[in-house]
Amino acid sequence: MKLKELLNNNTKLQAVTLTLYIIVSSAALYFSQKSVTAFLLVLASILLLYLTKFNNKVKWGIGLLVLVVILPFTASQGVAYESYMEVATFVGIYVAMAIGLNIVVGMAGLLDLGFVAFFAIGSYTYAIFATAQANNFLPDIFPLSGSWFWLFLIIGTLFAAIAGILLGIPVLRVKGDYLAIVTLGFGEIIRIVFNNLDKPINFTNGAMGIASIAPPSIFGFEFVQSSQFYFIVLGILLFVIFAVKRLEFSKIGRSWKAVRENEIAAQAMGIHLVRTKLMAFAVGASFSGAMGVVFAAKQTFIDPTSFTLLESITILVMVLLGGMGSVPGVILGAAVMTILNLQVLTEVTNWLGQLNMQGVISIPDALSPAKMQRMIFGLILVLFAIYRPQGLIPAKNPVFDEEKLKADDLNQNEEKVITAQQSVIDA
Amino acid sequence: MNVLEVSNLTKKFGGLVAVNGVDLNVKKGSITAVIGPNGAGKTTFFNMITGVYTPDGGSIKSNGKDITGSKPHEVTKNGIARTFQNIRLFGNITVLENVLVGMHTHLKGDLVGTLLGLPYIHKEELKAEQEAYRLLKYVGLETLLNEDATNLSYGAQRRLEIARALATKPTILLLDEPAAGMNPRETVELTDLIKKMREELNLTIVLIEHDMKLVMGISEHIVVLDHGEKIAEGKPSDIRSNTKVIEAYLGKSAVGH
Repeated sequence: MKLKELLNNNTKLQAVTLTLYIIVSSAALYFSQKSVTAFLLVLASILLLYLTKFNNKVKWGIGLLVLVVILPFTASQGVAYESYMEVATFVGIYVAMAIGLNIVVGMAGLLDLGFVAFFAIGSYTYAIFATAQANNFLPDIFPLSGSWFWLFLIIGTLFAAIAGILLGIPVLRVKGDYLAIVTLGFGEIIRIVFNNLDKPINFTNGAMGIASIAPPSIFGFEFVQSSQFYFIVLGILLFVIFAVKRLEFSKIGRSWKAVRENEIAAQAMGIHLVRTKLMAFAVGASFSGAMGVVFAAKQTFIDPTSFTLLESITILVMVLLGGMGSVPGVILGAAVMTILNLQVLTEVTNWLGQLNMQGVISIPDALSPAKMQRMIFGLILVLFAIYRPQGLIPAKNPVFDEEKLKADDLNQNEEKVITAQQSVIDA
Repeated sequence: MNVLEVSNLTKKFGGLVAVNGVDLNVKKGSITAVIGPNGAGKTTFFNMITGVYTPDGGSIKSNGKDITGSKPHEVTKNGIARTFQNIRLFGNITVLENVLVGMHTHLKGDLVGTLLGLPYIHKEELKAEQEAYRLLKYVGLETLLNEDATNLSYGAQRRLEIARALATKPTILLLDEPAAGMNPRETVELTDLIKKMREELNLTIVLIEHDMKLVMGISEHIVVLDHGEKIAEGKPSDIRSNTKVIEAYLGKSAVGH
């Protein structure tokens, strides 16, 4: 207990601990040829960083240093470099989607069970035009080259946002459980439409999927490996986090929360209910759409099976696990779920498989952890609902400094209070 | 001058006529009370004025503009704010944020400006926060600014609802049972607050209340509803001696004793 108190209040000690931690974990990753543990420990330094009491600029600085320099560099020394970066890339993709869903579910309180539809729309937007697929209904100028990727990042974002609004208009007449069912239906409809849109005109190539999607390129440099996509995803993710942080404590974020807390009172405060909900849908969907474009470019092959109901539910579980309405919570939740899914479960399965081979134990193939993924996720969800319903990092409200609000003379105190405001937004 | 003119307002729920042809004229700067036994249609009457329900007949004019059948947020923009009988605060956000939500229609902050973090957004937010703090001080809640609204005591929640309503910068304030659940001391404070708001903020106040001491003490005009109909209207002294009113509250046998 004493140690904990000491760590809580002493930023110098925190700095030393964090530095040591980063050095040790990254050295472990650097020297080991293939160590999942070391890789996860380096990633965990971001969580440790979040828990420190440094000011925000320092936190962002260290965080970027770890993610941009230390992690890719130390991981690059091992044979498993690409597979680590693949996991890190997927963590980024899912974090952005979870942040998007968090706006809809956590902030605006609208339960959406078909969120993956927007991811699908983003993916297909790029996939159709970055392959010869578009020649089926447009003049023969396709596939577009990879340098169009950057434009399609914006187009995919817009398409997903528009889809969010189009879905919202009819759907937002219903509330609560009904909304959940209708959005679930929407998610399935989008998937089935993509699955069947190969006749009469072949838009999506149906269940066959779309293959050989052009990889992104810039000034002749092509992004092919996971370790390269990692930086694209990181860039988008930073933008997403900045955007959601700004929105959360603005007039717009407050109106979302007001709608969540009490619709009638929100309207009585002059909030346009439909417009506010539609904006939540559109903003949430747009993050998902952007990552959809990246997903399509990264996988170079997509088909409707990537966009099932299970995906929607997985993203929802990330939000619930992390903490509804809490941006840092949702980031952690998404990271934990993705790593669990892609790394830990597969590693444990491999390990058990080896033991099986050596005849140490015998576990039937049907019981391997990778196959019990749904059960494990379900179990996590149940346990969290019972023991920690507010999630890993519960949502926090901004704390206003009373002294600074007392200011009568605006001009005199403006500078001071604006910085206070900024720190509320950053926190 | 009348700031609120309601004529022949009617609302039916299936076969039940909740409000039946009620007229009401409210003078600028006055305090008007709407009283009546439970189920008389008082809250339904308020809900129609504020756009929560669409009237089945009649018309509502506020500040010279016809607002019959307007959406709640449009009514608010036209200068009518309200509190609720069953408190409807935004429970899981802070007290100060509750008041900030009330300022919604007066803030420009759009999506692009917010995303880019433009300077005018910061300035506007800062001003709004200071204004919200001032309003909290006005109702005596400034020390609780960072508390979640749901953690406040009952009386404090009612006062926060008033502060939040004031944040919309209304000309007419509708209070739905503002003293319900308050102890006598809190009721006296509330009475003072209502008087003060009228004087200092140039407000016109319409309130629904069961506490007759409060009603008789502050209102200039009283309207009595029973079974959806207006049975009496006038000064407090007139209402106190009105046989129809006594009958509605105490039953026929009470009249004449």
